[in-house]
Amino acid sequence: MNKLKFFMPVIGFIALAILLWRGLALDPKTLPSMLIDKPMPAFMLTTVEGSAVSNSDLPDQIFLLNVWGSYCLPCLIEHPTLMRLSEEGEIPVIGVNYRDRQDLAIEWLEDNGNPYAFSILDEDGRFGIDLGVYGAPETYLVDADGVIRFRKVSVIDERVWEEEFIPAIAELRAESDQPQ
Amino acid sequence: MIPELGQFSLILAFCLSIILGTLPIIGASRNNLLWMNLARPLSAGVFVFLAISISILAYAFVTDDFSVQFVAQHSNTLLPTRYKFTAVWGGHEGSFLLWTFMLSGWMLAVSIYSKSMPIDFLARVLGVLGILCAAYILFMLATSNPFDRIVPLPPVDGAVLNTALQDFGFIIHPPTLYMGYVGFSVVFAFAIAALLSGRLDAAWARWSRPWANVAWAILTVGVALGSWWAYYELGWGGWWAWDPVENPPLITWLFGTALIHSLAVTEKRGAYKSWTVLLAILAFAGSLLGTFITRSGLLTSVHAFASDPSRGFFILAILGVMVGGALLLYAFRAPLMKSEVGFDLVSREIFLLANNVILVVAAASVLLGTLFPMVYQAITNDLISIGPPYFNAIFVPLMALLVLLLGVGPICRWKKTSVSYLWQQLSKVALASLGLGLLIPLIVILEFSLAATIALTLAAWIVLSMLKDMRNKTANKPSLLQGLKSLSLSYYGMQTAHFGVVVMLIGIVLTSNFSSEKSVLLVPGQRVELGSYAFQFNGTTSIAGSNFVGEEAAFNVFKHDRLIGELNPQRRLYLVSGTPSTEMAIDAGFFRDLFITLGDEKADGAWSMTIYVKPFVRWIWLGAMFMALGGVVAAGDKRYRRLRLRKLEKAEQDLQGNLQAAS
Repeated sequence: MNKLKFFMPVIGFIALAILLWRGLALDPKTLPSMLIDKPMPAFMLTTVEGSAVSNSDLPDQIFLLNVWGSYCLPCLIEHPTLMRLSEEGEIPVIGVNYRDRQDLAIEWLEDNGNPYAFSILDEDGRFGIDLGVYGAPETYLVDADGVIRFRKVSVIDERVWEEEFIPAIAELRAESDQPQ
Repeated sequence: MIPELGQFSLILAFCLSIILGTLPIIGASRNNLLWMNLARPLSAGVFVFLAISISILAYAFVTDDFSVQFVAQHSNTLLPTRYKFTAVWGGHEGSFLLWTFMLSGWMLAVSIYSKSMPIDFLARVLGVLGILCAAYILFMLATSNPFDRIVPLPPVDGAVLNTALQDFGFIIHPPTLYMGYVGFSVVFAFAIAALLSGRLDAAWARWSRPWANVAWAILTVGVALGSWWAYYELGWGGWWAWDPVENPPLITWLFGTALIHSLAVTEKRGAYKSWTVLLAILAFAGSLLGTFITRSGLLTSVHAFASDPSRGFFILAILGVMVGGALLLYAFRAPLMKSEVGFDLVSREIFLLANNVILVVAAASVLLGTLFPMVYQAITNDLISIGPPYFNAIFVPLMALLVLLLGVGPICRWKKTSVSYLWQQLSKVALASLGLGLLIPLIVILEFSLAATIALTLAAWIVLSMLKDMRNKTANKPSLLQGLKSLSLSYYGMQTAHFGVVVMLIGIVLTSNFSSEKSVLLVPGQRVELGSYAFQFNGTTSIAGSNFVGEEAAFNVFKHDRLIGELNPQRRLYLVSGTPSTEMAIDAGFFRDLFITLGDEKADGAWSMTIYVKPFVRWIWLGAMFMALGGVVAAGDKRYRRLRLRKLEKAEQDLQGNLQAAS
């Protein structure tokens, strides 16, 4: 027994090494895709303007969930596309204001224009973690039942919209027409 | 052609390391003097070829040789020459080459400054370092070769260095950190050599102590530089974020700090022998783990290099073989180490044990907090994040306890101290420091603050007990000056480092509790007040550098309506990458830092900006400098050189004898 205690460090180390080895096989970037075809995580938060918001406030049609922040420069690049989509009524856009400050977020919306029906305020990033957000900007396509169907990390401009989102939406619409 | 020469020297260095990692160790166990004597020249050879290799990489950067993939990925023609040079360690491959080169530098230093060591011990130390060096070079050649070419069509111009890395802090922070990290490999090699040779007495502690002190001092500077760099470059006013990549250096530092204290007990009293060996292995494991986390992409972070799982597996294999092997060797050999000496429940040994326990617990908690998100993900497939609240909740009380004990430890005697002696020595000191801790904040800030009181009480506690100890030690001497002269360098080193703890403690507590910041929108001509300072915004001008364009704002800073300085924060747009960056302006001061980060211009000509006042923030890094200075001073103690001098004297006597015989 007395001799055995000197083996404790090496046993502890082997456990740690196995863990690290297991950890290497995980890729943090692919993980959030596990939420594809899963319902939106439940939330009870406020909007950027301060009113309470939860899952029941989400539109009951296909919509975009766009993660943004006032600190996020690429968000400005995709901003015109989001503005056009919401102004032309092509699809409702819900924002997630991720790890930002409320005053800066409001200021940003005032300065640049607000494409969002509302923006969920996620100051501490917890909702972002539930959602598996990798960083702003990031956009999810959610169907009428509140199930996440498609995810785009990084900017959506007109080209990405044409090439990736329009086909994905068409597929969803076709799907929901069929079974009934 | 020239980059191939770099590659070729890398391969030669690998071959030499393989020989260094085998023959001298085998020679030491078979008592083959010729093989043992190979250790010194081989170390020099490895150093020379790695030096050639890294110089060629630097040459490729300076001459814009974009046919080398690593150069094309981390440099471009617009980059100022000094940043081309430092881009050598701006990416994974080059920084690993630098790391390995530094290891060979330590090897060379060991082979030169080791005259007092028996040759078999030296052969084992250098042999272990040789194995490590071979593993690192193999890793480079196999998974991350800095000399890989882009053929047949090299790009005309390169990519860009991350803009946050084009900065003075970046030039010195990583090399210093690596130097400290790698230094712990040397202490590790001493520990392994001691285990291999079975020479588990106090001698190995004496030989490795100066190396441990120097490595620790450099690591201290490296961690502090990282903190300073993050503070002024990232522009959010923080000096420590508990980022997964910041933590491993801290873990290594905590193990290293425990190690240098435990080494003191082993050297002076012959106790804690196996514990000291274990700490040497752990500190080294911490340094490898740091590399592993940064380079494998295991944890996502701003610091992480581009990740590649095959690299991760390779480093994990090195970690497994070196640390696992060392711990196994430890498990078999440690039971042979017996502490022959006993000590009382109240003694300096016990206080140093408490120091070790606290530091190791702190290191383990930081490690746990750093790895927990990954463990959680491995088990549940969910992501969580662990933030500063966890680390602060554990770390702060532990450090407070450590500082409290720090006041008593040095004044204690080895082996046995009576409680009444301690009471007689320290009761007045305790009372005085409590008084000072209560009074100073009341006088200076005119209100009661618990944090300031605790911090200043602890600070006064250490300083006063330090002075008391020095007075005790000099009391028997005829004059104070003679008394001070009689104290050893290692004693001065210890006191300097402990004083550094005081300075850092004050800095951390006051900055954390009394900083203020304000985000405002200002049009030129407007003024904003923060604390006792007023900042007047005088508008912006356009600026342009060799690889960026931008705006520079001008501010006048007033204190009580008296102009005390100007601040010029910038906003830059780097042309090649198109990434913006803010260059904050700092008015640094001994008692406070003022700084401004510039945001965007709004439609009406107003600029958004954030203004910070940070009292005593410099003291954090000043404290680290004192600690490092203490480590170096202690390493210079003459008792580490004494053996060597004795040999020289003997040689001289022999010479005299010969001369007399001849005449």
